[in-house]
Formats: sequence, C-alpha cells, structure tokens
Amino acid sequence: MDKTKKQEQTSTHKIGIYLWIWGLLFVLSFFSYMVDWYQFQGMLRWSLILFFMFLKAGLIMAFFMHLYWERYALVNVLLWPMTAIACFIFLMVAEFEYTVFTRFFYFVVGG
Amino acid sequence: MSDFKIEGYELKPGFKGMAKDTGSDQTMFKGVHWGKAMMWIFLLSDTFIFSCFLISYMKGRGSTIIDWPNPSEVFGLHVFGVDVPLLLIAIMTFVLITSSGTMALAVKYGYEKNKKMCGWLILATAIGGLTFVGMQAFEWGKLIHEGVRPWENPFGAPQFGSFFFMITGFHGTHVSIGVIFLFIYAYKTFAGHYDEGKRGWFTTMKGDYVEIEILGLYWHFVDLVWVFIFAFFYLW
Repeated sequence: MDKTKKQEQTSTHKIGIYLWIWGLLFVLSFFSYMVDWYQFQGMLRWSLILFFMFLKAGLIMAFFMHLYWERYALVNVLLWPMTAIACFIFLMVAEFEYTVFTRFFYFVVGG
Repeated sequence: MSDFKIEGYELKPGFKGMAKDTGSDQTMFKGVHWGKAMMWIFLLSDTFIFSCFLISYMKGRGSTIIDWPNPSEVFGLHVFGVDVPLLLIAIMTFVLITSSGTMALAVKYGYEKNKKMCGWLILATAIGGLTFVGMQAFEWGKLIHEGVRPWENPFGAPQFGSFFFMITGFHGTHVSIGVIFLFIYAYKTFAGHYDEGKRGWFTTMKGDYVEIEILGLYWHFVDLVWVFIFAFFYLW
C-alpha cells in the first residue's frame, strides 16, 4: 500500500508552483493585449497571438488541470483527439479559400 | 480517493505504463476518480463543440468578401476622453484568470482538508465568475444598442453578429452554470459535507474533496476556452 500513499500525496503540490503559473498567465495575457495595443499587423501579429495562446493554454492544462502529473493513459486519451480538430481546421481552410475564390470569380465574371 | 489500484498492480511510468494500464484488464485510469475521468470525457466533448464554433467562425470570416469589423475598435471603450482598444475584454480576461488561480488554490487547500481556505477561495472564484458574466452582459447590451444583430451590423460583414452572439453566448452560459455550481460547492464546503463524507443529491457517492478538483477542471476549462476566444475572436 506504500505506492497508494505516494500517489495520494502527489495530488497536493506546493503553493509556489500555482502562484508562479498564475503570475505567468497574467504576464502572458498582458503581452497578448499588447499585441493589439501596439497594433502589430500581418504575420507578426498572428504568430504572436498563437504563441501566447498556446503557451497560456498549455500552462492551464498542465498545471491548473494537473495534466502534467497525470498518468499517460489519461493524458493520451485526452490529447490525441485534438488531431481530429487540426484535420478539420485544414479541411475548412481549403473550403473557405474555395468559397472566397468562387465569390470573387463570379463577382468579376458574372453568373 | 476511491479505487486507486488493484492490489498487487505495479504502476509503470511513461508510454510503457500507458500500454500496461490500458491492457491491464482492470480499471484503465489508475488513481483517477471515476468522476474526474467522466468530467474529462465531458470536457473533451465540449472541446469539440467549441472547436466547431470557432472553425465555423474561421470559415465564415475567411469566405466573406466584405471587410470584417475591426474588433479592436468594435470592442473599444471610451474612458476619460480616450479611446482604449479592447479595454473591457482585457479586464474580462484578467478577471477570468484571477478566478482560475483562486480555483487552483481552492483545489490545493481542499486536498489539504483546509475547509475555511478552500471555501473562501471557491467563493472568490464564484464572485470572479459573476463579475465576468456581468461585464459580458454589459458588452452585449452595448453592441445591441449600437445595432449589432445576428443578421446585420453597422461595422462590416453581416456574419459578425451571429458568430459573436453564438460563441460568446455559449461561453457565457458555461460560465453562468459554473458560477451556480461554485456557490453550491462553496456552501457544501463550509457546511463540511466533504469532511463528513455526506452524500450529494442524486448520487450515492460519498462527499470528498475530489469533487472540488472535478469542479476545478470544469472552471479551468471555461478559462481555457476563453483563451482561444480571446485570441481568435478579439485579437485576430
């Protein structure tokens, strides 16, 4: 039963880690707001937005939602389905490009 | 925590452990309360719902040939004679992150069986959530007043309104449900239901501080969704 006890202890962590993550989330949110404040445009804007977004999402899931400490059986069940969402995004990007192309095309050439 | 592991089962780390856990002919998620596993499965399905909303928003915004309204201006506020872009949204983001932090601490103090701290932190989380919903109601009121409708708006592409109301509305509903449960759980914590192991309403499960973690998962998820909405809808 020793292992059981060890497992139980891992569900409570030092307060410092939570405060660090909390602070980091504030800083990252502040940075992502600054992206809009300074009106960055184009690729710079989009890459910064995505960078801060994924960093924040990762921190929340890993530490606030304890995924970093969970066993791989649970983590993998939760994270692999995200690839389906990524596929869906790629499909829909192709779709909207086609739609906007046909709209422009018929706008210029006419029905 | 209930059924941790079946007696004599050896926990292995990493992918080897995953293969062994999955093929163990026993419970697959070792050391995970069933309620927590079910909350994760629910959150996974909720992830797909919000993904569908955001992807349809991407498709709608990408395929319109009319200019999309500039969110920086649409959601800007005029305070003290200055136009501040996205001010309300920034405050809402900080409020939600604050409440996420207090929830994380509530879970920690819950596991340490610190009833008072846990209860107060849950209450703080609930008040943060309530503030968020209040500001969202203000934002909706402002936009509706300015003539934003699901089918038209004065700023640009008419699809803007329908995506805005659908996505933020669905998220706001999640926050509101979370706030209701936070108040209930704050009461249950202060009343000592988790110390005594008192049963809930529709369950034979004995009260345990793991319920705080399950509620925490839901609340962090709401914050997580807001991270994506903030990035894609307000900043993009």
